[in-house]
Amino acid sequence: MTADKKPIIIAKDVHKWFGDFHALRGVSMEVNQGEVIVIFGPSGSGKSTFIRTINHLEEHQQGDIVVDGIELSHDVRNIEKIREETGMVFQQFNLFPHLTVLQNVSLAPIWVKKWDKPRAEAKAMELLKRVGIPEQANKYPGQLSGGQQQRVAIARALAMEPKIMLFDEPTSALDPEMIKEVLDAMIELAKTGMTMLVVTHEMGFARAVADRMFFFDKGEIVESGTPEQIFKSPKEDRTKLFLSQILHH
Amino acid sequence: MSEAIMKPPLAERQTLLGWLRKNLFNSWSNAILTVAAAWLTFVTLRGLITWVFTEADWAVIQTNLRLILLGQYPIAQVWRIWVSMLLLSFLIGNSLSIWGKGKTSTRFTIGLVALLVALAFVVSGPSRTWLLAMGALLAAGWWLARGAGKAMRSVVGIGWVIWPLIFILLLRGFGDGGPLPQVGTNLWGGLMLTFMLTIVGIVFSFPIGVLLALGRQSDLRIVRWFCITFIEVVRGVPLITILFMAQLMLPLFLPSGVTIDRVLRAMVGITLFSAAYLAENVRGGLQAIPKGQYEAAYALGLSTTLSMGLIILPQALRLIIPILVGQFIALFKDTALVAIVGLFDLVGIARTVLAQPAFLGTHREVYAFISLLYWVFSYAMSYVSIRLEDSLGVGKR
Ligand SMILES: Nc1ncnc2c1ncn2[C@@H]1O[C@H](COP(=O)(O)OP(=O)(O)OP(=O)(O)O)[C@@H](O)[C@H]1O
Ligand SMILES: [Mg+2]
Repeated sequence: MTADKKPIIIAKDVHKWFGDFHALRGVSMEVNQGEVIVIFGPSGSGKSTFIRTINHLEEHQQGDIVVDGIELSHDVRNIEKIREETGMVFQQFNLFPHLTVLQNVSLAPIWVKKWDKPRAEAKAMELLKRVGIPEQANKYPGQLSGGQQQRVAIARALAMEPKIMLFDEPTSALDPEMIKEVLDAMIELAKTGMTMLVVTHEMGFARAVADRMFFFDKGEIVESGTPEQIFKSPKEDRTKLFLSQILHH
Repeated sequence: MSEAIMKPPLAERQTLLGWLRKNLFNSWSNAILTVAAAWLTFVTLRGLITWVFTEADWAVIQTNLRLILLGQYPIAQVWRIWVSMLLLSFLIGNSLSIWGKGKTSTRFTIGLVALLVALAFVVSGPSRTWLLAMGALLAAGWWLARGAGKAMRSVVGIGWVIWPLIFILLLRGFGDGGPLPQVGTNLWGGLMLTFMLTIVGIVFSFPIGVLLALGRQSDLRIVRWFCITFIEVVRGVPLITILFMAQLMLPLFLPSGVTIDRVLRAMVGITLFSAAYLAENVRGGLQAIPKGQYEAAYALGLSTTLSMGLIILPQALRLIIPILVGQFIALFKDTALVAIVGLFDLVGIARTVLAQPAFLGTHREVYAFISLLYWVFSYAMSYVSIRLEDSLGVGKR
């Protein structure tokens, strides 16, 4: 583990209700700078809801979340500050279909960071090279394959030079042959020391780069540990059952 | 591979006879329909053509052409209208070569220029020179914008936004003396007034409609209620009553001594009416944008305003271009209602022309002519809309 011990995300006893439905039931997690966290668990267990509370796409109703020293409250300025420091990659890519790939990636630096256009575009091209698709820069998202779109989405998030990257099942909407190209881009990113929270069931990815893994069920963290511990000697029955289901399919 | 040079089977290749057989006579019932339709078309056209060329008396149009097109606009100031038309021709030329489609657009441009030249030889006096100049500028605009880059496109786009303003300011003028003396709106009339009402309606109802649509979704309850009330009240009332209200009620809200002229009152009525409908259409477009687009924008740190302006609205508006253009065409035709509140737009002017003792009983000629005018411009708008959709790739991405 290369991470130095300084928590960049602190979530303490986070609760979230959708109406009467208790979706997060006291989730606590500390993530150190440079750590790669994998979150997994059955459908509906609150994985997405949890990582979306970190950049306030979902509002938590109880508990505390502090990101890089900024307390997540109702203050709009704090929310925007935190969002500038966290990039997010979605299951459905969510690229902007009316803009070219280059415009997708350079948009936020130009409008949020107020960079001039040449600088933002140079940065965008550099990132597109990093994820392996510089030649697609002037196409529209609809003209790309799923795997290429997701790599653009990664580049778009990185363009804001975030300290934290959130991934919500980035490969679940992809055809099998495209999963690898996206995972490779993520593994490369992990090696640069980026702090990453990844919701995924790609256990190969977890084995390769995760520092710690968290198993979610019914809105709670049931078990956590290093990949070694989780795969070799899971303590909880629910973890064992779930792992046996996804590993033998 | 041999596929590349394979031709479609003989029957598919188009010969006139083959085409007829395939499209019009491919079954007994279709053959009967074809014959019946052809007969109907023939009878109608024969009647129409006979009337147009032998029975109708077009003197009423010839004598009143200026009135029908320009109303009572002073002759000495008519050059201002022509100058606006020259600018417009240039812009149209630019746009045809930038957004038109290859050969069709070339043909269309040549057709337009030819039409202007032909018109020039029908009329006489200074109008001829102006019309020829319009044709020349249209061609020049087309020629100059060939292979235009992005920068040129934006310049032309901006041109389209400011042209209406130039048009209005130029026609209205300022003050009493000077090079551009004010021409009161009581002198505006005919096709020009119809255009003016339409242009003002479009230019102002568009931003107001967008704001109303956004306001309707606002988190601020007061704003939301205001927008909903406005939209629902206006949509629940016919345009003609709004026009009457604007004529009769608007003065009540103003401090005494302040009067606004009748044309302006009609413009306000039309704009508000159109804005309410536009708001509903924009709302439809907004609802079609997936939630993921908002989330992606927010996650990048864009504020609500920027997310709306850069991500959501451009997509929503693009989706509803066909609906918007349909609404603008309807607006163009609906302006005819101002004749009822006493303005001299195309229909209003038609009625004064018909009241001239010399031309009593020429209803057919006059109404046929103004219908033709309405149709030509409505059709032009819908053609532009289709081209716009194509070039923006609506429905493709
Ligand atoms: N906007 C919402 N309104 C109401 N209920 C919601 C909403 N979003 C999520 N939920 C509920 O909250 C629970 C947790 O949802 P969440 O999306 O976090 O699950 P997940 O672990 O990400 O599942 P999956 O693997 O299917 O993505 C689910 O039962 C879901 O139905
Ligand atoms: Mg999920």
